[in-house]
Amino acid sequence: MSANTWTIADARDALRKGEITAVDLTMACLTAIDAGDGLNAFVHKTPEMALEQARAADARLAAGEAPAMCGIPVGMKDLFAVKGVPTQAGSNILRGFKPEYDSTVTTKLVDAGAVLLGKLNMDEFAMGSSTESSCYGPAVNPWKIDDRKLTPGGSSGGSAAAVAADLCLAATGTDTGGSIRQPAAFCGITGIKPTYGRVSRWGIVAYASSLDQAGPMTKTVRDAAIMLGAMAGHDPKDSTSADLAVPDFEAALTGDIRGKQIGIPREYRLDGMPTEIAALWDRGMDMLRDAGAKIVDISLPHTKYALPTYYVIAPAEASSNLARYDGVRYGHRAKLAQGDGITEMYEKTRAEGFGPEVQRRIMAGTYVLSAGFYDAYYNRARKVRALIKRDFEQVFAAGIDAILAPTTPSSAFGLGEQGGSNPVEMYLNDVFTVTLNLAGLPGVAVPVGLGSKGLPLGLQLIGRPWEEAALLNHAHVLETAAGFVAKPGKWW
Amino acid sequence: MSIDSDTARKVAKLARIRVEDADLPALAGKLSSILGFMEQLNEVDVTGIEPMTSVTPMRLKRRADVVTDGNIQAAVLKNAPDAREGFFAVPKVVE
Repeated sequence: MSANTWTIADARDALRKGEITAVDLTMACLTAIDAGDGLNAFVHKTPEMALEQARAADARLAAGEAPAMCGIPVGMKDLFAVKGVPTQAGSNILRGFKPEYDSTVTTKLVDAGAVLLGKLNMDEFAMGSSTESSCYGPAVNPWKIDDRKLTPGGSSGGSAAAVAADLCLAATGTDTGGSIRQPAAFCGITGIKPTYGRVSRWGIVAYASSLDQAGPMTKTVRDAAIMLGAMAGHDPKDSTSADLAVPDFEAALTGDIRGKQIGIPREYRLDGMPTEIAALWDRGMDMLRDAGAKIVDISLPHTKYALPTYYVIAPAEASSNLARYDGVRYGHRAKLAQGDGITEMYEKTRAEGFGPEVQRRIMAGTYVLSAGFYDAYYNRARKVRALIKRDFEQVFAAGIDAILAPTTPSSAFGLGEQGGSNPVEMYLNDVFTVTLNLAGLPGVAVPVGLGSKGLPLGLQLIGRPWEEAALLNHAHVLETAAGFVAKPGKWW
Repeated sequence: MSIDSDTARKVAKLARIRVEDADLPALAGKLSSILGFMEQLNEVDVTGIEPMTSVTPMRLKRRADVVTDGNIQAAVLKNAPDAREGFFAVPKVVE
């Protein structure tokens, strides 16, 4: 098999044994990327930089001082600042922006020896569940069952498509309401959203700062453990970054979950849940039970209010964060007419630069924060958010080790099939994922099987705060029992 | 609560996003469906609940109030659409 199909763990071992060079591994990915343009996953390619980093990685490997990610080719979601490389957050308003600095995650990955292949497609400012709001046009899911092109999910859809199609060994993603886990599920890969504060947000274009968290998107749980170890850690430049030691996540993958209590939240069993999703969930319970865990019925009573809470808080924070795009310091500035002043410059610049969904969320956020509505919407949502967090605290205090739930309410849908007339339809994709972001908890999506249509379906495990190591071990058990090895047939 | 075109115009103005008059009714409709969705929160009893202000219960770190960065004028201005003589340039603000 061509080296671009390898896992991080396999590539790491082969690199250390000298069975392949980082340059050859990188070349395999660059070739796959050029052959994968039909997926519209990589939107800015950086082959020269990648090869330079690969040569440096080979030197470190030869010197015998190579960390786990040394020589591993990865893709970066377009939200992460990479010095000198276009970083547009999928938006026209940042067209031409080349940051003068690296995000902390970029720095950490490069210091660990990773090779950066380029920037990956995403929904504009991470607002979406299909990559259809991207200024680059949608990314396409490598999975295909008929004439339709399917969405890879979003917002980290380019990352998920690239990993599933073996264009790179792994990719970075970010998750504000499900943007790592939903695309991972749609593309049949693994993705973890760490505990809020585990990974630095510095240098990642902000959407909703109290919800945003970066994480790895990989082919296996072991790879997620390896890459998360390289991305995580305290950063003085992010005031919400937790000053906690980063455990050896990979060492935690013992496969032993005997006696652990797995909560099954009854509120997640929605009316009209497709039978294949319900059946998958039941199978997941059996797998964990067979591994010696105890399955426990639990209640998270405020679950149904998570989505509306999110759609108050996230737009409110976005309206504040995105105020910085004013046509003055970076990115797009509208051409002005005779007599236009600074207000016209702001208004025209933002009308031209932001796409329709981003404009809507900024305006919805502006509305809920405006005088007269702040208490009715924003403060009420923050109170409900406190209740949602308390639901989780209570079940964890009662001894639950992890929670098992579906990742998405369906498998991947066709491009153009959702959200056309009512934006809320698209929002419902996040129904199982968004609760964790509100509570700041870690969650991992694991591919478990193919649905009746032949498309991947995933389950999600939700963990206690800061216990990603134990969470990944649970995910590893699920992954091993599920034995999901299906790959999309190459059509692109 | 449903939003009419006038309210949509006001919100667009507050958000500093130009919206043509002809587009206001459609925008008002979409904002109304989003707000309608938010209104489910009115069902929740939030009596005595404090609004959540911090995701994780930790005190923000403090640091000494000293300059830690600077002297990078060229880098700061590098991406500006219009930079002149070491400044960001904008249309005339004061007559």
